Amino acid sequence: MTTQALAGVFRRIGGATLDSIARLGFAARFSMALVTHLPGAFRRLSLTLREIYFAGVLSLVVILVSGLFVGMVLALQGFDVLQRYGANDSLGVLVALSLVRELGPVVAGLLFASRAGSAVTAEIGLMKTTEQLSAMEMMAVDPLARVVAPRFVGGVISMPLLAALFSTLGVYGAYLVGVKLIGIDSGSFWANMQAAVDFRYDIVNGIIKSVVFGTAVSAIAVFEGYNARPTAEGVSTATTRTVVGSSLAILALDFVLTVFMFRGVH
Amino acid sequence: MNRSTLDLWVGIFVTIGIAAILFLALKVGNLLTVTNAPGYRVEAAFDNIGGLKVRAPVKAAGVVVGRVEQIRLDSHTYQAVVSMNIDRGFEFSKDTIASILTSGLLGEVYVGLSAGGDTKMLANGDRIAKTQSAIVLEKLIGQFLFDKAASGPAPASGTPANAANAANAASAK
Repeated sequence: MTTQALAGVFRRIGGATLDSIARLGFAARFSMALVTHLPGAFRRLSLTLREIYFAGVLSLVVILVSGLFVGMVLALQGFDVLQRYGANDSLGVLVALSLVRELGPVVAGLLFASRAGSAVTAEIGLMKTTEQLSAMEMMAVDPLARVVAPRFVGGVISMPLLAALFSTLGVYGAYLVGVKLIGIDSGSFWANMQAAVDFRYDIVNGIIKSVVFGTAVSAIAVFEGYNARPTAEGVSTATTRTVVGSSLAILALDFVLTVFMFRGVH
Repeated sequence: MNRSTLDLWVGIFVTIGIAAILFLALKVGNLLTVTNAPGYRVEAAFDNIGGLKVRAPVKAAGVVVGRVEQIRLDSHTYQAVVSMNIDRGFEFSKDTIASILTSGLLGEVYVGLSAGGDTKMLANGDRIAKTQSAIVLEKLIGQFLFDKAASGPAPASGTPANAANAANAASAK
């Protein structure tokens, strides 16, 4: 009896290991196929535009409102600490650097993953469940080129724009709170910010981050959708996996990129 | 959704996205005034650079004229050698004095250049001969206490040993 139970445990561990290895193999094969189909997304431009609309334009409201509020809160909290050291004028620097380097790409990425990534996964997963993908294959239309690649490209294009909008609205929110509400001098707010923020070092690195996050989120979203079990439960599991997986991927990638970009001494 | 409406919305989205990047570049990062034109490199050796960091500004009369590019230790003289990139368009005479200064009590540390009267100008790769090191606050306080103790109403003897004892007593307080 005990030997049987023990054997069952080992069988389950072995099965899970084999499953995850097979999944990894499928992910690798899927990524390769996706890369070869990327030029197709630009040939079918109208499909890609449609995906930019769903991933980018429909995410605008949540990104803009969150950016504004994050900037305003950052200004209030930053002012609270900075005024103890008489460094009120550095508020612009604090807000701009934290938004452009970190918060813009990361928070916009997290919002993008839960707003657009989950939608993409659910859509592709449901297409698979209702056998639309198989029907396309029957008609000699490659679902990778027709369904997956435009969604991937749409996400990769939308994400840097959304992150830049998030940072911009954040800086504007900080300006509203810092200058209009608290009454920091507008000149020193902007001048200190401009003196401290470097285009190549801060802004370009922030944009690179957002491109990497956009690629990661879109890749995870289309993969989970394509790999979903064709049941209602499978689609819901895949959607959850997209949100959790891409959020963790964003935070982990952010750490790795930050280590390479901002090591303090450079 | 209608095809042209969709195109319009995507167009608006991409436009404001690019406008946001431009805003970050121009208004936040001030790309216009910071010229990334390659300048020329000069070096200066300091006994002590205090808290100077790479990328700290180089200022002349308070105007930023360049950036610190590299800081290394000369293993023969045990001096810190600071390489600075001075923007093209600013010229300084050969006898310019480089000093390490701090803006305010807690402000950033920067290299200040005060121009001399030489007619020859510094060129790429030159070394500034006259330098002034950073003022280390701890040393300054130590010196102040020492002076205070030496000149204070201490017992008349005034030998160096007594003065040193008095200084120790003062710092122990």
